[in-house]
Amino acid sequence: MIAVQHPVVPPNPRTVPIDAPEHCPGTESELAGKADACAGCANQEICASGQTKGPDPALPFVRERMSGVKRKILILSGKGGVGKSTFTAQLGWAFSADDRLQTGIMDVDICGPSIPTILGIASEQVHSSSSGWSPVYVQDNLGVMSVGFMLPSSRDAVMWRGPKKNGLISQFLKDVDWGDLDYLLVDTPPGTSDEHLSIVTYLKESGIDGAVVITTPQEVALQDVRREINFCQKVGIRVLGVVENMSGFVCPSCKTESQIFKPSTGGAKRLAEEMVVELLGTVPLDPRIGKSADYGVSFLDEYPDSPASIAYLDIIDRIKRILGD
Amino acid sequence: MASSETPVTRRLKCIKHIIIVCSGKGGVGKSSVSTQLALSLHSSSPTARVAILDVDLTGPSIPRMLGLDGHGVVQSSDGWVPVSADGTEARLSCMSVGFLLKKKDDSVVWRGPKKNAMIRQFLSDVRWGDLDYLVIDTPPGTSDEHLSLLEHMSGVHSRLSAVIVTTPQAVALMDAMKCLSFTRTVNLPILGLIENMSGYVCPCCGEISNVFSTGGGEEMARREGLTFLGSLPVDTELVTLLDAAEVESAADSEGVSEDPAHGTERTFQLFQQYQRTSSSKLFKGIVDRIIDRIPIVEEEQQPHGV
Ligand SMILES: Nc1ncnc2c1ncn2[C@@H]1O[C@H](COP(=O)(O)OP(=O)(O)O)[C@@H](O)[C@H]1O
Ligand SMILES: Nc1ncnc2c1ncn2[C@@H]1O[C@H](COP(=O)(O)OP(=O)(O)O)[C@@H](O)[C@H]1O
Ligand code: SF4
Ligand SMILES: [Mg+2]
Ligand SMILES: [Mg+2]
Repeated sequence: MIAVQHPVVPPNPRTVPIDAPEHCPGTESELAGKADACAGCANQEICASGQTKGPDPALPFVRERMSGVKRKILILSGKGGVGKSTFTAQLGWAFSADDRLQTGIMDVDICGPSIPTILGIASEQVHSSSSGWSPVYVQDNLGVMSVGFMLPSSRDAVMWRGPKKNGLISQFLKDVDWGDLDYLLVDTPPGTSDEHLSIVTYLKESGIDGAVVITTPQEVALQDVRREINFCQKVGIRVLGVVENMSGFVCPSCKTESQIFKPSTGGAKRLAEEMVVELLGTVPLDPRIGKSADYGVSFLDEYPDSPASIAYLDIIDRIKRILGD
Repeated sequence: MASSETPVTRRLKCIKHIIIVCSGKGGVGKSSVSTQLALSLHSSSPTARVAILDVDLTGPSIPRMLGLDGHGVVQSSDGWVPVSADGTEARLSCMSVGFLLKKKDDSVVWRGPKKNAMIRQFLSDVRWGDLDYLVIDTPPGTSDEHLSLLEHMSGVHSRLSAVIVTTPQAVALMDAMKCLSFTRTVNLPILGLIENMSGYVCPCCGEISNVFSTGGGEEMARREGLTFLGSLPVDTELVTLLDAAEVESAADSEGVSEDPAHGTERTFQLFQQYQRTSSSKLFKGIVDRIIDRIPIVEEEQQPHGV
């Protein structure tokens, strides 16, 4: 039996997961309970007492939930729009094609959750049971959790500062009834900020197997990806490798390949050499990938023979091999 | 409403118009639109004074795009001196966290409160001087940076407006919608919407491919009653120009150049090369529409009656 910290109700993200005011400095901050924002907050007494500054009380619950998860993989990139969520979805679909494997996808991009749309489950909602929030299932062996399932409408903006985002991430890890998983894939927002720090802090103890870093070939993306790899090194996350996405485009009319995002500084290949990480492979730009994502269908199933599908599957094989699976 | 003077309002007093570029989604072209907007506003009149403030703290792209990688910020008795992007002409300046890093590949791993403090400092301590336009490039999302910006600039709210950038795919439009909800919640007026990366012309056969679909931004503008500022197709020359590839090779051979002449030369090139791209011609139309819209939007912001 998995312990549930408290009975969980599907959250209303406008007010929860934590009842803190907008400017809450964070319960583990030096200022917890003492900042201007704390005046009138229901948690002020407990925050001011210093109890909350110790190790996060969620940690033991996270550890317990995560004990049933074999592999935890982060999908990262400093840059936005490079295809993190798309890659996460392909990885999920590819793993779950094997019905002996149980896979979970956790979307911690709280301000821009794309996973529900890409997986074609955007209209679903989260349900709660005695054992926690139940993930939304794409199929029996592929469960998903995203803030996208909690919003009254997809038009709603989640205007949260860091501590509230952290609160939700901790709930995703401790209150979601993931069950036993072979793989937990974590899709992240761009950058190196609260979401990234939180996921690393919460999962450190249970162990992160590694990160797949996605980039596109041009320097403006690569410079952010260097920062992301630098972040992984700082916090001690193993980089499984780099994927270069949108690498070359074959004109459907004349079949000539051109570079839309020209690798003006050597692309992911040179970056991988410089930063001593593995280049897992390159995926071409294919407009059908974007369409499949918009319609929520599996690109790998729809166009199994396309060069992009072959590239994706090849990369996924390499990831498995690196992990020793 | 008697607004009391704050360090931010004092600093921003001499800035006529502040334009926030936002999108919700990452990688749709906020930074490249901010850069193009600044360059085009700069060219819109021989006396226009323009600056860019880059508040993408964990993924600053503006220094690279303006060819100013490796430059540093000088502290003066009257605050931080922004980096000039047009040499001695001094009508285009820029501030970014990228100028504050010791090593440019260092990650900036900051939680919200630290970002908030940095943004406040950017708004209150940078010596912009008199400006016609301050363009603010933002990170993806609707979180700390955005909330902090709006909050610290509440004293100059009547001079604020925003441009929303999106690409045509559904996943990008969804985030653009969230961004629009955000601007409505914080009562930030919208100048209009730009659809970026809309269609690609094959350099070999001239066939137009909708690599990232097309038309979604225009349709969103119509549906939401926003001014549609224009579409920008995929422009591979622009990518290379904004990658500032030749700066890299120059810096490699000479070490990072602090030589102001080098900076001027590069900027001169940037302006010239940008004028030659197909994007700059389209952007000119966009900027004209923006300049027309600014007084209308600011007029609407004025409190009536009361
Ligand atoms: N190889 C590709 N070819 C064409 N479009 C792609 C490719 N990879 C991703 N896309 C599209 O690019 C956009 C950004 O991808 P997404 O996965 O949302 O990026 P991120 O999660 O990094 O922000 C989406 O519309 C997606 O469908
Ligand atoms: N119209 C366009 N055509 C081709 N590439 C573009 C276009 N607009 C932007 N880009 C490129 O796409 C990448 C992402 O753009 P960027 O401005 O950095 O996005 P954001 O700031 O929204 O993350 C950059 O490499 C940029 O040069
Ligand atoms: S939760 Fe604690 S730290 Fe946050 S505002 Fe309330 S009292 Fe302050
Ligand atoms: Mg994403
Ligand atoms: Mg940017």
